[in-house]
Amino acid sequence: MPVSTANSKIVYDALKASGIRLVSALPETWLVHLIRMADDDPDMILVRLAKEEEGVGISAGAHLAGVKSAMLMQNHGFLASINGIVSCAQLYRIPLLMLISYRGAFGERDPWQTEGGGVTEDLLRALRIPFSCLDDPSHVASRIAKAQTLALSSNKPVALLLCRDLMWEEPA
Amino acid sequence: MRRLDALRAVYPQLENRVVVTIMGAVAAELQSIGHRPNFFYLQHAMGLASSMGLGIALTRPEKSVVVFDGDGSVLMNLGGLTTLARYRPRNLVHIVFDNESLLSVGGFPTATSTGSDLAAIAAAAGVPRTTTVRAIDDFARAFDEALNARDLTTIVAKVEATGPSQFVTDLSLLENRFQFHRYLKTS
Repeated sequence: MPVSTANSKIVYDALKASGIRLVSALPETWLVHLIRMADDDPDMILVRLAKEEEGVGISAGAHLAGVKSAMLMQNHGFLASINGIVSCAQLYRIPLLMLISYRGAFGERDPWQTEGGGVTEDLLRALRIPFSCLDDPSHVASRIAKAQTLALSSNKPVALLLCRDLMWEEPA
Repeated sequence: MRRLDALRAVYPQLENRVVVTIMGAVAAELQSIGHRPNFFYLQHAMGLASSMGLGIALTRPEKSVVVFDGDGSVLMNLGGLTTLARYRPRNLVHIVFDNESLLSVGGFPTATSTGSDLAAIAAAAGVPRTTTVRAIDDFARAFDEALNARDLTTIVAKVEATGPSQFVTDLSLLENRFQFHRYLKTS
């Protein structure tokens, strides 16, 4: 499976460097290595979800309990989480670091991913969630650190889009 | 059984525990008995109170966490029961006040009014201890047993579909949130 192990490791190390101690996740192809890394890390609490919106509540609880967390999900999981994001995280000013795999953008071969891909950035803007793309390993660490800094200072959700150029290694 | 009486019956035992409630009547009634800084009322995001409780219970295993949920909320996040059971926080007691209706939005009957059994669903999801109670004494006893068992427990308390005339209290949502955060930081 041509999901980049090296770049997944860079993302994971950046989460650790930002003090993340709990990760909630729903499996999706691009996230397999990240979820495995969290599972193998004795210092990380991994919560495997039935549906992504649960992760908003879990992260809100973790934050109020004093623990930094992140959500790992596909953009369709972000779509499925929107009520929780608005009526829990935004209503209660919860810093929420969301790492969203950006399926359905340029290069997407799976027809079923394309509709969600087309609305992801517009939805983030409509919700006024600051976001940035992670599409090159050289800026991953600094963008994750800066996103987390803004989440904590603003007490609001922020998003990082895990893009194809970072996560997927096309076979030659 | 009235929910307010059930809350009164266990209120003294909530003093040193972390409490998360759902919106509406549960939040207003608990506040009417007496707000404490260790109580958080999730006034929206139906279904996520148990997820918040799980997030607290997993990150602060030394704390005893009590979630006051409702049938309408649990039905919106049935998958969350499987996540609760999967991680089985032994420091979490999950109370579901089941009045078989969506009381705060007009009293529409929920699926528990036509036979859906939330304790059975929780048990089938893997929650190790579940029970359904219909009387105050049984509720208070089940709550004590759950605390003493030190294991994840879901108690479905069948209650009357009655509640306060209004749900807005003078405790603002953010005041509650920051006070609760500070309580957890300093306790």
